[in-house]
This record gives sequence, structure tokens and C-alpha cells, in this order.
Amino acid sequence: MSLTRQDVEKIAHLARLSITAQEMPVYVSSLSSIVDFVDELSRADTEGVVPMAHPLDGQHQRLRADAVSETDHHEKYQRNAPAVTAGLYVVPRVIE
Amino acid sequence: MLHNLSIGELADRLGKRQISSTELTQHFLGRIERLNPALNAMITLTATQALADAAAADARLRSGERGPLLGIPLIHKDIFCTDGVKTSCGSRMLDNFVAPYDATVVARFKAAGTVMLGKSNMDEFAMGSSNETSYYGPVKNPWDTAKVPGGSSGGSAAATAARLTPFATGTDTGGSIRQPAALTGVTGLKPTYGRVSRYGMVAFASSLDQAGMFTRSASDAAAVLQVMAGFDPRDSTSVDVVVPDYTQALDRPLKGMKIGLLREFFEGLEPRNAALLEDALNIYTGLGAETLQVSLPHLPLSVPTYYVVAPAECSSNLSRFDGVRYGYRCENPKDLMDLYKRSRGEGFGAEVKRRIMTGTYVLSAGYFDAYYLKAQKARRLITDDFRAAFDKVDLVIGPTTPTPAFDIGAKMDDPVLMYLNDIYTIGANLAGLPGISVPCGFVDGLPMGLQLIGPHFAEAKLLNAAHQYQQATDWHTHAPRGYA
Repeated sequence: MSLTRQDVEKIAHLARLSITAQEMPVYVSSLSSIVDFVDELSRADTEGVVPMAHPLDGQHQRLRADAVSETDHHEKYQRNAPAVTAGLYVVPRVIE
Repeated sequence: MLHNLSIGELADRLGKRQISSTELTQHFLGRIERLNPALNAMITLTATQALADAAAADARLRSGERGPLLGIPLIHKDIFCTDGVKTSCGSRMLDNFVAPYDATVVARFKAAGTVMLGKSNMDEFAMGSSNETSYYGPVKNPWDTAKVPGGSSGGSAAATAARLTPFATGTDTGGSIRQPAALTGVTGLKPTYGRVSRYGMVAFASSLDQAGMFTRSASDAAAVLQVMAGFDPRDSTSVDVVVPDYTQALDRPLKGMKIGLLREFFEGLEPRNAALLEDALNIYTGLGAETLQVSLPHLPLSVPTYYVVAPAECSSNLSRFDGVRYGYRCENPKDLMDLYKRSRGEGFGAEVKRRIMTGTYVLSAGYFDAYYLKAQKARRLITDDFRAAFDKVDLVIGPTTPTPAFDIGAKMDDPVLMYLNDIYTIGANLAGLPGISVPCGFVDGLPMGLQLIGPHFAEAKLLNAAHQYQQATDWHTHAPRGYA
């Protein structure tokens, strides 16, 4: 196993995922096999290669005029929210 | 029968008023009602809206308007946002989500006068190669319901193969159109990255995702791509390149076209799969094309490269699902951290959580250089291999998948085995290239596909080569038993 239970618990915390006790061994084993598999990359000679972030070379983020293009849709959008009060999203208390 | 006609033939009959869009829509809705229960290809049916849209299309036709897709029904993969209609992305996370706007792809089809029959089943958040990760259960392959239809766009593929719709949309991040097209015996096109807008398409891996379609022929695909393709200011990676006339390009003779055999794709290929490709190469030679060997020496790196890049982008994209603004929220969270963790832990399925965690790991401090940066470098090596190949040939050819459709359940316990399904399709996504899968025969009574990949924005050439092959063969006309 290239990853330990502690490694997976740390990753799950960083990813904000609750993982149940029953699920945990499955993730330790499957994530380990995925990491072992992608470790094949370490054998590739990439000396001097420029990392590629975009599939089309020479593409740049476009800019546009700083003009209002959207109207207010908050009521429609908030119909999908689990909890809303007075146009605000409601979450458990953060500051005591 | 109406459901076996091409889009061109349907448009012709609609134009001559021999049939109405309403009749056509009723015909396909009837087939979905009768045949879909055995396939589970659909998540949502929009019959009432479809009949209203068909009536509107009929009014446009009556007023003399004509269009290649006016009045033609379609099914959208449930990854495209549809204003006022549930958009689940195959996930419990979005089971309660009603999209508040249309994806650009959806808006373009609406403007063209198409009629949406409903939304198709898919692997959760498009993560899967078998359609078994869907919250709504697996889709069955119409050729054999014990087999998977492929994924992630398995519902769209199965629905097109079963003649539940003239065509369906899909998305392809690592093969999610081409692989299910091959396994269900239909034509599937993934356009060049940036050719079709990603606006309103739920994001999985933003540097790889591209929308395309399932049809029963390359000529149908040309008519559909004509509507989908084009610049969209709402998508920052949309490319402003002229959209050619794809239909006009179909009939060009292939004389002098150079088609490259990808050596790495043919090495170790299962003999019956290799024999089908051999037959296809003979067809192409007979049509006047020249075939020669080309090599992509870095291709063996493509699957590990993809399974670093795609999870990394997925972990970032899916961080928006927080249980606060939309989507699933857990019961009785005790604090904000608990709300985040349990909403995501309960809302996402196993494969999605696995990919988010893989992505989180490869992006985390101490591992970023070894995995993510290394994969981005390997991605350039693979892309440069394709570029060198296209200096010598117009298109490259190979299989779409290593095997025909496999049994439901066969690969669910071994993610790496499942990932290797995408071995022939992933390269095109990493390099942003267009690719098409076309039916090329049968192994064990199950359809197989051949794949053509072209340089950036060479869709017209791909469709031309696929159409000429389909003029010389009839593999694309076979229907699964019970669905003809």
C-alpha cells in the first residue's frame, strides 16, 4: 500500500469529504493502486519540457469591456438553495 | 419506419409536410415509453414540453420556414443545463437541481427548432467508462442487456442505438462519446477542444471536456455539428474559428488522402478486433486513400497522465458543491465543517469521491511537482507526437476500444482496470484533437468501432472520411434485435 489510512484521512479532510469507517479500507486500497499506476509517469524523461496547461497553444484569456452584462437573478437561482432567509444563504453559526 | 430514417430524410419529409414534428415526437416518445424500461437510458422525460415544442416547430414549418433540424427530436445528456428542467449529472448531489438557465448547446438546438424528448442517464459527473456510477442505476446495452453501454454518455449512446431518438448529445473528457458509441454501434464525434461551447455544461475536467453527439451516421453528425459548433463569448476557452459547411465536405473523394496507422494502437490488439480494422483499411485503400504507419512513442503515458490531470481538475471544479447554494445538503449539520463534509460525503458516489481524493492528493503540497507538473509535461510530449504524425498524414486511424462491451459489474471493483478502457481515446483529449468512432463490425455479436483522429479543427475531414467509409459499408445501419 503506497497510502496509509492516515494519508487518506488527511486527503479526505482537505477535500471536505466525510468517509465512513466501512468505506475507508476500500479507499486506502483503491487510491493506493491508482497512485501506483500513475507513478509510471516518474519513468518518463521530461527534462526541459514546458508543462502544458491548455490543449490549444497560443490561446489567451480574452478580455471584454467592463460593462454590465448580467441582470439580477438571485430569486430564481436561490430556488435551488437548501436554506435561504431574506435573500441570504443560511448555514450553521460560524462566529459565536 | 420513422425511427430508422436519417436526419436528412426526416427533415425532407417534415419540409414536404408528409409528416409533422408532432407525429415524429409522439413516435419517439412512444418508443421511449415502451423500450426504455429495459435500458434505463433516461433520467428525465419531458413529454409535455416536447409536444409543445413540436407544435411550435410545426407552426414554423407551416409558415414556410425550413431547417436541417427544424422539428427533429433529440435527447440531451443530463450534464447540459436546461432552464426549468432537472439537471442531475447522474448524481444524488444534483438530484434536486432545476437548472435556472440553458447551456449554450441547448440554446442553439432550441433556436434551430429541435424538440427535446428528455435527458439521458450518465456516469455520475461523467466519471466512468461503463455508466455504472450513475445514482440512477446502470444503463443497459441494447445489443445485450447484461452488458454495459460504455460511458460516461452511456444513456445517450444506448438511446441512439435503440432508435429512441434520431440523435443525442454527449460529452467527451477521456472517451465518453467515442467509447460508448463504439460499444453500442453508433457514430460518435468529439470535436476539437473549444469548437463547441462548454457554457452550461457541468464541468468535470475543464481542459479536456468537450461536447459532441451520437448519431446513426456521419452525415447526420455533420448536420448536428453545424448547429452545435461556433464561438461563444460566454466560454473563455471557446475558439473564434470559422465553422465550415460540414455537409458539403462529406462527398469529397478520398483519393490522395493520407491515413496513418497508429503503430502503438495496433500492437497487441486482439486478433478479431485487428481483423475488423484490417477490413476497414482495405476499404480506405479501395477508396483511393493511402495508408502508412505512424508512431506516437509517448502514447503509453497517456492513461497515467490523464488520471493525474483529470482528477486534479475535477477536485477543483467539484469544490463548488458545498451544500450551501444548491444541491444536496445533509440532515442536521452540527457546524459548517460538518455541513461541507457530510453534504459532499453523502451527495457524491464512490467513484466521484475517489477522483476528488486522487486530485486532491496530486495537487497537495509535496506531491504537486511529482504528479501534476510531471503529467503536464507528459501531456506536451503526447501532443507533440500527434503534431509530428500530422506532418505526415491527414488523419490517423485505430480501434476505439480494446474489447467489445463487457458485463455489467465486471470491472467495478478495480478502478485501474476500468481506466484502461480509455487507452485509445484519451490521447485525443490530452491534445485537444477531434475524434470520431464509427461502427466497423462485430465481435461475439457485439458492435466494435474504428476511430479516426484529426488535427485541430479537422472535423470536416473526419466526417468526410467517416461518411465515405459508410457509403462503402453497412455496419452503421445494423440495429440491435428488437429495436429495428
